[in-house]
Amino acid sequence: MVDKIVVADLSIDYGGVHALRHVNLAIKDKEILGVIGPANSGKTSFLRALNRLNDLDLSCRMTGSIKLNGKDINRDMDAEEVRKKVTMVFALPIPLPMSIFDNVAYGPRRHGLNDKKKLKEIVEKSLRAAFLWDEVKDRLDSSGMKLSGGQQQRLCIARTLAVEPEVILYDEPCSGLDPISTAKVEEAMRELKIRYTQILVTNNVKQAARVGDRVAFFLMGELVEIDETRKLFTTPRDKRTNDYLTGRFG
Amino acid sequence: MRRFKEFIIEKIILLSGFACILFVILIFFFLAKDGLALFKFSSPWNFLFGTLWSPLSEPPQIGILPLFLGSLIVTIGAAVISVPLGMACAIFIAEIAPKWMREILKAGVELLAAIPSIVIGFIGMTMLSPIVKHIFHLPTGLTALTGSIALAFMAIPTMVSIMEDSISSVPRIYKEGSLALGATHWQTIYRVIIPAASSGIVAAIMLGIGRVIGETMAVMMLTGNASVMPHTILAPVRTMTATIAAEMGETVRGSEHYFALFAIGLVLFGITFLINFLADMARHRKNK
Repeated sequence: MVDKIVVADLSIDYGGVHALRHVNLAIKDKEILGVIGPANSGKTSFLRALNRLNDLDLSCRMTGSIKLNGKDINRDMDAEEVRKKVTMVFALPIPLPMSIFDNVAYGPRRHGLNDKKKLKEIVEKSLRAAFLWDEVKDRLDSSGMKLSGGQQQRLCIARTLAVEPEVILYDEPCSGLDPISTAKVEEAMRELKIRYTQILVTNNVKQAARVGDRVAFFLMGELVEIDETRKLFTTPRDKRTNDYLTGRFG
Repeated sequence: MRRFKEFIIEKIILLSGFACILFVILIFFFLAKDGLALFKFSSPWNFLFGTLWSPLSEPPQIGILPLFLGSLIVTIGAAVISVPLGMACAIFIAEIAPKWMREILKAGVELLAAIPSIVIGFIGMTMLSPIVKHIFHLPTGLTALTGSIALAFMAIPTMVSIMEDSISSVPRIYKEGSLALGATHWQTIYRVIIPAASSGIVAAIMLGIGRVIGETMAVMMLTGNASVMPHTILAPVRTMTATIAAEMGETVRGSEHYFALFAIGLVLFGITFLINFLADMARHRKNK
């Protein structure tokens, strides 16, 4: 498979505090990469570097390079262009304060699409892809904030799908959800694999095992190990990975 | 004994709470008692819609329409100037300015709020009115526009600090959510942050306007104090507040003129009450 994203020697610090040190890894096209690690291991910083959300934090310094389809996202692309191709689903599933329809149509509209018919098509397609269409099709005009937690998270996924990204980043997307909603979100991720490259940061090791093709383990800003899910969980090469997975720390 | 103490303290707090309402009610009755006495002399219709304010003529002409329009023109003028400026300022402070500049600007805005209105009037009289006179080739620089500009600067601090609060309290996740979809910073501000903060912004505008309507000193110094029907914003006008301040000292207690000034106070009270009520509605709309 082709490499979608190549990260070379990536280091990040926030006002002098190291968050990530010399990370090298490649993410393959249309795979789901699970990213696990204890708190403060740098996994969220890593994720936010991939769509340049770290730009918002002025104290953040970054060295190294990230390439998307061979183009350096910090040098050869605008932040908006990067974020359109690499979108993010956040831990707190918070829709924008507007109707369900407007939430999904938000991205395409901002990128200049005003044709009502086309917007309708995109909204329906995105909601279907996020397994939400049947539950909301009769109330697209009601506020997105009235949905249940799981529905809100799937609405957030639909909203990211609507901008037709290439890569979807998930920052602990199920941390606030019950097991059934979590299962639905995971199901959506597996279905989306056909078209998208996905990176899932999670505190739930089992979730990474369930949906990840490969899993990367971060510890204290370092990438300790990255491997096929089954290999990493059964025969980790690094002792620290083994300790984390068996619950000896973290 | 301890129970007794609790009881006393609770009652004292209760009383203090009611005291505020009590004062408002007392003020209202005080105004209403003398204000409504006017209608022994003239009808409410003549009072509200009479186009001549000449309380010293014989018989006295008590029509507050010119004064009401004076207040209205000055207020609208001030709102037209202060709302866009205040909003731009609040957005800049909350969203765009770097941290160090934010602190300086906030302090500056608060300082602006602390300037006494007489000082603003003074500056307006010596600096602003010659400029207005010169630019528009007027016989006098003391016009409704001059008052509007000065009042706008008195309304801006109130507006900016409340708007800035409500913009800053928009959850960060909205902003990031919008940016993560590839929207630009300005699109995010315009489409997500301002709508989410709209109730606070409306409340800020209302409170700013409330301040403008109630202001007396600066307008008295700057608007030229001519109680005639205003036809343009470049004419001298007289506001309701300035009328009370200017004429209260010269009236005979118990005369028609005296009661008319109280009736103006009653009208002002009604207007500010309405505006505060609307501001409150706007602020709590989101919580329902």
